[in-house]
Amino acid sequence: MKISVTVNGTVHESDVEPRTLLVHYVRETLGLTGTNIGCDTSSCGACSLHLDGEAVKSCTVLAVQADGAEITTIEGLAVDGVLHPMQEAFRQNHGLQCGYCTPGMVMAATSLLKENPHPTEAEVRIGLEGNLCRCTGYHNIVKSVLACAAGE
Amino acid sequence: MTVTDDRPAAVLGSRLLRREDPALLTGEAKYTNDLHIPGALHLAVARSPYAHARIISVDLSAALAAPGVVAAYAGGDLTSLWAAPMPCAWPVTADMKNPAHYPIAVAKAAYVGDGVACVLATSEAAARDAIELIDVQYEPMAAVVDLEDALSDRVVIHDELGTNKSYTWDLKIEGHDGAIDEAFAAATYTVSERYVQQRLLPMAMEPRAVAAVPQPFGGDITLYSSTQVPHILKIMSAITLGIPEHQLRVTTPTVGGGFGSKLNVYAEELLCLALARKHKVPVRWNEERGENAVATTHGRGQIQHMELAADETGKFTAVRVRILGDMGAYLQLVTPGVPLLGAFLYAGVYDIPLYDFSCTSVFTTLTPTDAYRGAGRPEATYAIERAVDSLADKMGIDPMELRKRNFIQKEQFPYTAMTGLTYDSGDHLAAAEKAAGLADYEGVRARQKTHNVPGATTRIGIGQASYFEMCGLAPSRVLASLNYSAGGWEAATVRVLPTNKIQVVTGTAPHGQGHETSWSMIVADKMGVAPEDVDVLHSDTAIAPLGLDTYGSRSLPIGGVAIAMACDKVIDKAKKIAAHQLEANEDDLEFAGGAFSVKGSPDRSMPLAAIAFEAFTAHNLPDGLEPNLEAHVSYDPPNFSWPFGTHICTVEVDTETGRVHVLQYVAVDDCGNQVNPMIVDGQVHGGVIQGLAQALFEEAVYDTEGNLKNASLAEYLVPAASDVPSLTLGHTITPSPTNQLGVKGIGEAGTIGAAPAVINAIVDALSGLGVTDMVMPASPNNVWKAIQAATRNTPSNGASK
Repeated sequence: MKISVTVNGTVHESDVEPRTLLVHYVRETLGLTGTNIGCDTSSCGACSLHLDGEAVKSCTVLAVQADGAEITTIEGLAVDGVLHPMQEAFRQNHGLQCGYCTPGMVMAATSLLKENPHPTEAEVRIGLEGNLCRCTGYHNIVKSVLACAAGE
Repeated sequence: MTVTDDRPAAVLGSRLLRREDPALLTGEAKYTNDLHIPGALHLAVARSPYAHARIISVDLSAALAAPGVVAAYAGGDLTSLWAAPMPCAWPVTADMKNPAHYPIAVAKAAYVGDGVACVLATSEAAARDAIELIDVQYEPMAAVVDLEDALSDRVVIHDELGTNKSYTWDLKIEGHDGAIDEAFAAATYTVSERYVQQRLLPMAMEPRAVAAVPQPFGGDITLYSSTQVPHILKIMSAITLGIPEHQLRVTTPTVGGGFGSKLNVYAEELLCLALARKHKVPVRWNEERGENAVATTHGRGQIQHMELAADETGKFTAVRVRILGDMGAYLQLVTPGVPLLGAFLYAGVYDIPLYDFSCTSVFTTLTPTDAYRGAGRPEATYAIERAVDSLADKMGIDPMELRKRNFIQKEQFPYTAMTGLTYDSGDHLAAAEKAAGLADYEGVRARQKTHNVPGATTRIGIGQASYFEMCGLAPSRVLASLNYSAGGWEAATVRVLPTNKIQVVTGTAPHGQGHETSWSMIVADKMGVAPEDVDVLHSDTAIAPLGLDTYGSRSLPIGGVAIAMACDKVIDKAKKIAAHQLEANEDDLEFAGGAFSVKGSPDRSMPLAAIAFEAFTAHNLPDGLEPNLEAHVSYDPPNFSWPFGTHICTVEVDTETGRVHVLQYVAVDDCGNQVNPMIVDGQVHGGVIQGLAQALFEEAVYDTEGNLKNASLAEYLVPAASDVPSLTLGHTITPSPTNQLGVKGIGEAGTIGAAPAVINAIVDALSGLGVTDMVMPASPNNVWKAIQAATRNTPSNGASK
């Protein structure tokens, strides 16, 4: 099926199999491998990206469903080599270790702050419960998101 | 040589941000399954749905006819590709039973997930579709899930062995045998408890991924793998496949966590290599999470019988331990050695004169176990720390007080334990008191008196665990005495380039720890350069041919120290050049701030940059001195390193629902000098939550048929952010005297302290209801059941503690 999607500001016209998941389309057709795959049950959130401005798990969306949509992946977050404030907050607060959950976590966190610009610690924890991390114990991820919200 | 600290700001010990992060944060980092490999065939593995079954026939015809399929193989089709069975590098006893284990099973499947056939296809989807078309006829046999059932040999899993028992390993200490029986007979207080270390799924966020790429001519082949152990993998793959080792290159792109589960030589790595050689095209494999749950090694899996004896003052007099270990269906790389890594630690941080340890390990029809964060040491710490709390309960004294009466005292270090090992340094009292202060230990005790009243629906508990970790694996001679098939050294090369940039080559293999940052700090400190002028090369056997990789909290105390020693050698050589050029005596030179100067004549100096260029041009070197400024070190440590600490957890337990709410978690860890405290804290955070997850959430649940019932992240409870608390960290610093940096490992410490601290807190909360022990995980259901069982037995429940 023919689809047209805008990914990180660039329009892509593609012919995809109907069963292709958005995450596979982004990774394999567009070569944007920053979006990671960590599970097969939509549990881990490693594949989170922005679909029309909202964080979604791209393993739960078919590529054909994204026809006409605007998508931002982790590769589209930094501008001209300058990290997005959320990326910078993760860096400053050691909010990542192995980095595998990080793109999804950052995309989910930016979406969280868009909905709730000044969350409490508990709200950050609940807001990120769809994204799993095995390295950090979440302590510094939560700290990063709170720091970003505070403009630090 | 003198290195002074008159640089503008000390690099070592600073919270330098990680150089790894920008690539990881922007998605530029490449993990193995991100690699673009033109022409690669995709491997998929058909896995047994039975825990134990004879393979009667394998019909590949439908799979071979499927679109995109290039080849399909049953186990019997591949036997000519293996020069040896899959490796187990730790034959712990001379008579250890070790069944032959091949990447694809030939006659029998021995666990759910055991590979029984495989397919190569032009796309991953085609390969996975095709394995559904393979028709395997099985003769199902009885599963062996329970360890005590396994030991009975009711059903023997590996016919050729005639038994399910793999080995019994004893840590017998001369003269202790009879003395231990006497000590237990004479003891005023004894504890005899059975603890179960449930099976855990490591669940690194990056599933495994492999790609084997043959080079165009001459038979060379490159293996990309998401592994912690590229060097060990290279050697073992060469042996298993009969490939000349020098024709094999193993390299890891970015690796997304391991926790021990990538410390192995896996079937899929060997299959990709063998089939890429056979088909002369690249072959790759990506693990799905459901496969990861059954085909990647599991952790823990022990039944522990723990006995502790004490005199009338509570002074511990003897420890006796019997372990029954779950090997799973086969012995993977270090499977049988995992219990031995804890064998020396069941006396914990206490001065105990008599010790007796024995471990028997059995095969089951379950996924093989192997190293998982802490590997043997969390199990040991759990047993002794739970037993100490039980003994304190019997004595009717505060467990903190009992610990203080038994700690090895600061003055006793270096302390040679009855096991023969020497603990390098420690101050357990200081760590415990610091933790108690941060946790407001006395305040919580006071709150309990008013809160835990009869009829209360929530109860507060506080639990402690003080630990010692035997890490930094390890002195090679000690490993030899444990029958480990490799050494414990680490290699480093430090090379000063003509423009004064420094390349460091390390044999460590980071997978999230930030070695590039930390190693650059060590070199910057040594050489008087900025960390950003130091490049750290690793995890590619073509660039770093020597190394023993990253596991067992070994990278800093061995690999990092090796780098520091290589810097010393470079400085020694540079000094000869400086002396020659400055026409000074070597003994009159000092090195500081990246330059040599003549003592007392600071104007006569030569910066390292100039020396590096002189070494490169070799126009004017001392007679007999080789060009270039480079040094290599292979460092075999004289001892393990012994980090320690005290963790204190405060919980509130809802007695009506069994739900445990962690109110506060305090971790005070001492890993000696800290290279980068930010990274140390991160290691502790992650480790604590992994240990807390064992205590509260995680368990590989099997049915009696040997099916893993929670083989996905939807069902296996890796905690989310909303499930766990923020942590309060403290540190004491007791440098290790055995290495020049004074460092100890920190990767596993958090996990070791956490599970017993959490369970001790829960038992403490519920002790007034008659609860004396708690199984892991302390899920609401398990907690509620324990409360029900105890209150049925204790009519007058609810007394305040």
